[in-house]
Amino acid sequence: MSRKLTTQVAEMTLAAWDLVCQECLHRPEIQLESLKEDVRNFLKASGWERKLQNAVYRELHVQPLPSHPAAPPEHAKEPLAYMRKAQVNWEKRILKSLNSMCTELGVPLARKRPAVEQKELTNKWNEMGTDEPDLSRFRPVYAPKDFLEVLISLRNPNHDSSEEASAKSHWGLIQVPLHDRDIPQMREAYSELSLTTGQLGIDDHTHVPPDLFESEHTRIGKKVVNEQDSAAAQQYSRQGCPTGLRADLWALILNSTNEPEDVMHYEQLKAGVIHHDLLVDNLIYKDVKLTASNDDYYFVFEDFLYQVLLCFSRDTAVLEHFSYNSATPPKSYIQGKVGVEEFAVVYPPNGVIPFHGFSMYVAPLCFLYNEPSKLYSVFREMYVRYFFRLHSVSSSTSGIVSLCLQFERLLQTHLPQLFYHLREIGAQPLRIAFKWMVRAFSGYLSTDQLLLLWDRILGYDSLEIVAVLAAAVFAFRAENLMEVTSLTSAEAVLADLSTLKVMPLIQIFLFATVI
Amino acid sequence: MSVNTVPCTVKPTVTLQIGDAETDSSRPGVYVIDVTLPIGQTVNIQEISFKNYYTAYVSVRLLRRDGEGAAKWTTCLRNHCLMPSPHTEEGSQDYCSVYRQQMLIEPDNVTSVRLILRQPSSAWLNFSVEDIKIHPCLNEDSEWDIPDWLSDLTQVDQLCDLQGLPDPQTVSSSIQQMWALTEVMQTNQTTASIGRFDVDGCYDINLLSFT
Repeated sequence: MSRKLTTQVAEMTLAAWDLVCQECLHRPEIQLESLKEDVRNFLKASGWERKLQNAVYRELHVQPLPSHPAAPPEHAKEPLAYMRKAQVNWEKRILKSLNSMCTELGVPLARKRPAVEQKELTNKWNEMGTDEPDLSRFRPVYAPKDFLEVLISLRNPNHDSSEEASAKSHWGLIQVPLHDRDIPQMREAYSELSLTTGQLGIDDHTHVPPDLFESEHTRIGKKVVNEQDSAAAQQYSRQGCPTGLRADLWALILNSTNEPEDVMHYEQLKAGVIHHDLLVDNLIYKDVKLTASNDDYYFVFEDFLYQVLLCFSRDTAVLEHFSYNSATPPKSYIQGKVGVEEFAVVYPPNGVIPFHGFSMYVAPLCFLYNEPSKLYSVFREMYVRYFFRLHSVSSSTSGIVSLCLQFERLLQTHLPQLFYHLREIGAQPLRIAFKWMVRAFSGYLSTDQLLLLWDRILGYDSLEIVAVLAAAVFAFRAENLMEVTSLTSAEAVLADLSTLKVMPLIQIFLFATVI
Repeated sequence: MSVNTVPCTVKPTVTLQIGDAETDSSRPGVYVIDVTLPIGQTVNIQEISFKNYYTAYVSVRLLRRDGEGAAKWTTCLRNHCLMPSPHTEEGSQDYCSVYRQQMLIEPDNVTSVRLILRQPSSAWLNFSVEDIKIHPCLNEDSEWDIPDWLSDLTQVDQLCDLQGLPDPQTVSSSIQQMWALTEVMQTNQTTASIGRFDVDGCYDINLLSFT
């Protein structure tokens, strides 16, 4: 059970106990038979039952299925031995890179700030973007294209790849035999996206009268928010969330609260940022400056991004997710105590080393939440449910390896001429689509379209739709792509996705493709 | 799952192939593994556990000794699926168990277990199962006997006139349970990490270590 669920159950039990004691004090001739019913009704009326339901629902989503008793913990992180090995090797490279940055630049991994600096930072907390520190010496630890090379080189030692090219050969870059779904299977799984079902992103277009779908959908959405039901919110989100309700609905689906203890937790993290300066902070600054600050949609949120990401690095609660993440948090020792386990620590405290583009996971959320602790809470939950899978090597169906394979297979099956042509001109489709998928399209689509896509990620509790959209984009621009003769021109055709409408593309690709 | 396992010998894998094993270039799709108990011993099986390595289907046959001492082979599990899609990775390296309840016959007085492994896909170079363990049934007889004087104390006092009130035993046990739960939750809370990432205020660390 996660710490949060334990806390909620404890609070609920104490509330119930409180009620019991109150009843005993005020009504000496208590009816013992009705006490049980009274407590039950109290729990329902005060919303505790729903809160507990939502908390359990969250656990069911996040925790993997209970594993075989003989299975070691690493098996729960990742069942395939060769993928575990690849992840370990990748992590070693990242650690070496970070260590050499540390020694070359003479910057310590962590440094306690002197009191003057702490006070300065506290005063500047809401406008860290105005700072112009010299970040020229720092470079991102890795970029998505480095990670792509690792995925391309993944091989299962037990897989027979000696066969000549045949109908079964895979034309793409990913050469591991993971399971993926074909279009008929996806039509069943994504039935709410079918041509005959109303969608936000399609049926809320200005030309469509709102009575047909939009008004009723919004009315239902308000009801779902009032009921505070996570499961209902998730089902609802499959057809899209109305702009005015999206913030509440996402918070409900993720069971992300903004109770006093959450605000207090955020303040604690902020204190952690004030007290210690970390090397990864510079990486975060650099990333925000290079990506979000240069983006027309997101540059206004620069300060928020620092407030979220710097705190994120200090949050040890994130370490819980490593039980189901194939990655392992980096480890270090207090100076002078190398090898002494009592002085072993995790670095950074949340175990996550940011890479180039990491801040784009947070940026879209800034449109929904303007209170830093709430924004933080939602982002953290999105990270430990979905985003971590986009930058670690695993066999999970929502993992980046599966998404890449899914994308390539969809393209090869349904657009074989296009795929063949692109391969021949040295423009492997994945080389273009990878950067979109690693960021779940953040920074590539216009924000309203991106939020509609992320509605479905939450609604279906899977990142698979990202791979479908990537294939759908290629299908949409297929005519132009057939004309190009080089990787550069292919990239140019697909450089600007900001005018795309995601839901029609996905719908047509899934439900109108001729099988 | 019981931790008890029965010592047994796993014989080398036997290939089943049509044609001459030496000249045939295609890889076998069926392997047979025999697991035998020491001579004279029999076991009542509760569970057979193993780690899969790219086997798609497993059948299990048991050599059982009947009343007269004669031994007979019977199938207790037929084509149990370990990999839902034999060409792809799902289930390929999972830890598995076959339980008594899944078996077609009672796995009692067993002297030998035969695992027949099948992998119809030509995608894999090799397949087998590893770490085969046989878990015997635990004794059902309780070794504990409640002493007489203890059982006397737990008898409900039947002379008390309850007058429509609920049974005090039920009430007190429910309240006790609730109290115990709050105690457990509170202790759990204190042992949970309070989010400090430093050691006694210090976070001056060495370079990152990779072992």
